[in-house]
Amino acid sequence: MSIAPPTYESFRVPEAATRSEDYLWTLNFGPQHPATHTTLRIVLKLEGERVVDALPEMGYLHSGFEKLGEHLTFNQYVTVTDRMNYISPMANNVGWHHAVETLLGIELTPRCKVIRTIIAELARISDHLLSNGAVGLDTGAFTFFLYGFYQREVIYDIFETLCGARFTNSYTRVGGLSDDATPLVIEKIRAFVKTFPKTLNDMERLLTRNRIFVDRTKGVGVLTKDEAIHRGATGPVARASGVTRDLRKDEPYLAYADYDFKVCCATAGDCYARYLVRMEELRESLRIVSQAIENIPAGPVNVGIDERTALPTKQQVYSTIEGTISHFELSMSNRGFEVPYEESYAATEAPNGELGFYLAGDGNDTAYRARCRPPSVLHFAMFPHLIRGHTLSDVVAVLGSLNIIAAELDR
Amino acid sequence: MPFTPPPVDDVLAALTDRFGGIESSVFRGQTRVIVPAEQAFEMLGVLKDHGFDLLVDVTCVDYLEYRDAPMQMPACAGHRYGLVYLLASTTTNQRLTVRVFVDDPEPTVPSVVSLWEAANWLEREVWDLFGIRFEGHPDLRRLVMPEEFTAHPLRKDYPLQGRGERHNFPVITRDHS
Repeated sequence: MSIAPPTYESFRVPEAATRSEDYLWTLNFGPQHPATHTTLRIVLKLEGERVVDALPEMGYLHSGFEKLGEHLTFNQYVTVTDRMNYISPMANNVGWHHAVETLLGIELTPRCKVIRTIIAELARISDHLLSNGAVGLDTGAFTFFLYGFYQREVIYDIFETLCGARFTNSYTRVGGLSDDATPLVIEKIRAFVKTFPKTLNDMERLLTRNRIFVDRTKGVGVLTKDEAIHRGATGPVARASGVTRDLRKDEPYLAYADYDFKVCCATAGDCYARYLVRMEELRESLRIVSQAIENIPAGPVNVGIDERTALPTKQQVYSTIEGTISHFELSMSNRGFEVPYEESYAATEAPNGELGFYLAGDGNDTAYRARCRPPSVLHFAMFPHLIRGHTLSDVVAVLGSLNIIAAELDR
Repeated sequence: MPFTPPPVDDVLAALTDRFGGIESSVFRGQTRVIVPAEQAFEMLGVLKDHGFDLLVDVTCVDYLEYRDAPMQMPACAGHRYGLVYLLASTTTNQRLTVRVFVDDPEPTVPSVVSLWEAANWLEREVWDLFGIRFEGHPDLRRLVMPEEFTAHPLRKDYPLQGRGERHNFPVITRDHS
């Protein structure tokens, strides 16, 4: 069915609609709806049960994160990044401080790089578990979702042991981490690496060849490779369409260059391909974690206190003169980091796409401009393209497979 | 060693051939080029043909309160808004930042939606938060702020606490909804 995309006016003014459109239904989906999972709104135009067009609306959760970024220091703002993609806050923490350290020109210690890699991959696992679980949940597979959520609980437990917070971790700091990984954490991650494949196999057996699920997702919401690039898709959404782009391989940051893992791609570009890519990425992330956890380098986790970038520990502050000086230098309002009068962009491969931060420095401890490049915005913008011609029940499948998080969408 | 993206010398040479002297600079391995607003659309089109098929981001910086700093790019001195186009290539992994500077009272740049569909919402967001008009945009509405909002909140002259707009929003009652 080829229908010219209607303008915004045709949604707002019914009189402007043409005669053939008189038979169309308008259905409001969201902003408060269990299947949107987050606060977003879609105005659907239906012909019977078929979606003729969709008009996505966002902004219900806009809280001015980018404006806040101009008023909070580099270390304070990490708490705000927790609240962007709240499914995987650790990945945002890593992304934010990766951008800050790129601007400041800080080279991390090997131990810090490896621990950040591990937590970023654990965050990816927990994110994919939930986004795939949500696709399952919306298409009627509740058990699958519960299996995934139980494993997320295990990862929350690891994060709690690591930094004291389960959900909003705020774990990274400029030039280091808030806490070092203790042997107990490493033991817990080892146990997770051992037990998780069994659950993963169970989950695959539950859903991957499930007739209902395959029928609901295969051929639904097809995104071709050219369209994916044209519309700025990144992450699993782009890889499911055959774009072999993974920043972990293409622009290896942290310690990713040291590990053996594959970039998971599919060519179909439908909801089922996106599900499969995420399932494969779970295994690859687990491979990275299992390689990294056995080879954590010894040594300090923070950049040395001489560099005056990472906050010293309390032990250092109270027992050494360098620690005391460094603490004051970083805490005093007229001192702080040496920020260049420059601008830089640094991106990480967050679980749902390329999460980048464009930072402008003006010699101050706070960014002059802290732009977050959220993958969700570009994915949500392509929603009408994906849903046109499908049925109303496919809306939730497509929406779930794009993994749109409204807090990251609106910032 | 931090990763340095592949060099973009070939692209810069091609741009120089086409447009004459191109102002460019490198910081942390990232190459930026500056282009006048009237040439922006043409140059971005040339860049797209040179393999920059992915538009990563369109954003803006308001230099109203930027202290007189020794910027590496002297062309932005005196301009208020600096638009940022982040381009990437999915085949060669090259990256390039294109800067376009515009000024009050009517900051306007040509829209690149016809080149990359990805620009659609990104440009709407810049219009919403900075008030920069994108000429030729198919649907330039506010993206994150409510429609009845009048200010552009990411401008530097807009206070963090706002100007009390939220107290004056019309309240929709059940009868009117």
